[in-house]
Amino acid sequence: MKKRALVFLLVLLLGASLLPAQQRNITVKGSDTMVILGQRWAEVYMQKNPGISIQVTGGGSGTGIAALINGTTDIAESSRPMKEKEKADAKAKRGKDVLELPVAVDGLAVYVHEMNPVNELSLQQLKAIYTGGVKNWKEVGGRDERILLYSRENNSGTYLYFKEHVLENADFYPTAQTLPGTAAVINAVARDPRGIGYGGIAYGKGIKHLCVKSDATTPAVEPSMENVLSARYPISRYLYWYFAGQPAGDLRAFTGWVLSQEGQAVVEKVGYYPLPDRVRAEALAKLNAGESRKARASR
Amino acid sequence: MSTGAQTIRFVSRAARRRWREWLIEKFICLNAIGAIALIVLIFVFVAREAYPVLLSAAVHEEVTLEKLFLAQSYGTPEAPLAYVWQPVSAVPKYSLMPLLLGTLKVTLVAMLLAAPSAILAAIYTTEFASPWLREAIKPVVELLAGIPSVVLGFFALVVLASWLQGLFDFDFRLNAVNAGVAMGLAVIPIIYTISEDALTAVPRSYRNAAYALGASRGQTAWRVVLPAALPGVFAGVVLGFGRAVGETMIVLMASGNAAITSWNFAESVRTLSATIAAELAEVVFGSPHYHVLFFIGTLLFTMTFVLNWLGSRMVGNLRRRLNGVDR
Repeated sequence: MKKRALVFLLVLLLGASLLPAQQRNITVKGSDTMVILGQRWAEVYMQKNPGISIQVTGGGSGTGIAALINGTTDIAESSRPMKEKEKADAKAKRGKDVLELPVAVDGLAVYVHEMNPVNELSLQQLKAIYTGGVKNWKEVGGRDERILLYSRENNSGTYLYFKEHVLENADFYPTAQTLPGTAAVINAVARDPRGIGYGGIAYGKGIKHLCVKSDATTPAVEPSMENVLSARYPISRYLYWYFAGQPAGDLRAFTGWVLSQEGQAVVEKVGYYPLPDRVRAEALAKLNAGESRKARASR
Repeated sequence: MSTGAQTIRFVSRAARRRWREWLIEKFICLNAIGAIALIVLIFVFVAREAYPVLLSAAVHEEVTLEKLFLAQSYGTPEAPLAYVWQPVSAVPKYSLMPLLLGTLKVTLVAMLLAAPSAILAAIYTTEFASPWLREAIKPVVELLAGIPSVVLGFFALVVLASWLQGLFDFDFRLNAVNAGVAMGLAVIPIIYTISEDALTAVPRSYRNAAYALGASRGQTAWRVVLPAALPGVFAGVVLGFGRAVGETMIVLMASGNAAITSWNFAESVRTLSATIAAELAEVVFGSPHYHVLFFIGTLLFTMTFVLNWLGSRMVGNLRRRLNGVDR
């Protein structure tokens, strides 16, 4: 009885591991910031191409990159560039060079409660606030109230990006509350008139986005589409897809579609910014480089 | 002839039964050993991943026991910080003090709320409530134990936090009190169930003797039944404490997770268990950070183990003393 059950289980497992290959499965894993974007891409693409199944999951940029290194995902979504060490790990473990493609542009917004009178901060002020140098809103032109910091867990690309580009690699002040996602940060700031938080612009609802100045003398810039794309807004970043080696077949087709005008239109609908034309052309060239090399080899 | 055959049949039947009995006994025994082996193996696995913190030279470049437990000079000269948990940093900082303190703060709040209310509820249901009320209260309190901790955490995050902030005017919306109250809700059924069992187990004759001496119901409950059941009640409190120390989801959602070193209960806290939950999924395999997280796991494991052991020892002592008094 037990033996038969075991055999049955084995057959089931074997079947489960074989089936996806026939169903043409693509797995996408990584950045929580990019989950919604990835899912929208997958939905639209699957509607156009029945027979392909695309699974998108989050977990954080680091989680996606770890999955790519371990070979448990086809595409790793990341809101930060992969570190050299991670690329070397992937090369050692998968035996292929990592292909990096920018797929969208995101700006990091700084949120405050909508009743907060402060409308703009400079990068230096932001750094001082998040490293504990400035603790009262009064010091940056607000009410005489304590500043309450909201941050992200240290496994998020957003955390690392903010730490590198705004805090210049200084540590967050210990009183910064770490929350598990951008949505949680927005939710917290929306309930806290003394709070300040940061995260993707796409999620910004029910709270106020601050305008950010590069330094004390330059004008404050609003996190709008033109400002992010023209890089006038000082806290913007590329969102990336990573592959182990050159993608082929369905994977290549899907990626090509994401980089097409049509795929980039989805980006705008979700609330991020499409790639500037020049960057998009470069990304497409990188994607097609593998194809032409193969074609040359077969000739 | 026929009786001889029958005897043989009986003997073989008896032998078969004995054989079956033996098989069942060994099977059960194997299961029991398996459970123990599993716990030992889990501990061995966790400890094996944790021991580089004590011995590996590569890990010691980043973190030593001293850095885990003693004051360091972090921060700027104007604003020095002695204990910092910042594992992802140019200079990783791994002080466990804010995490230990955080766990202690949340657990204290939870116990202060849960222990008195659960014990009083248990006394009420066993000594005062009418039978039908008792049958109504018991399952409802035990139902509390069935609420998934995610649901309790979400409730604390959305509803309880705003309510407590309005009541006490906390600076931090998510803080030790908020997480502790939610955790208290998770601990109440544990203490209640065990205390209630202990109180019910006190022999009828104790109560009758007290009444015969002219004691009121309240006096009987407080002076006779509760002292007699104290070992069981104490076991409930200790087990509740163990559950509170290890509880993860509620604190992860409701405590704000800021690693602050202070005794202020109105500030946000980060607990040992929530730190493991939040960081282990991402950490680089085999890095100092990874080993430190497993070290925390070993610490938690040892803490609950020692707590349970101490609890049962004290219970044994108390019971022996009570029995001595009885005789």
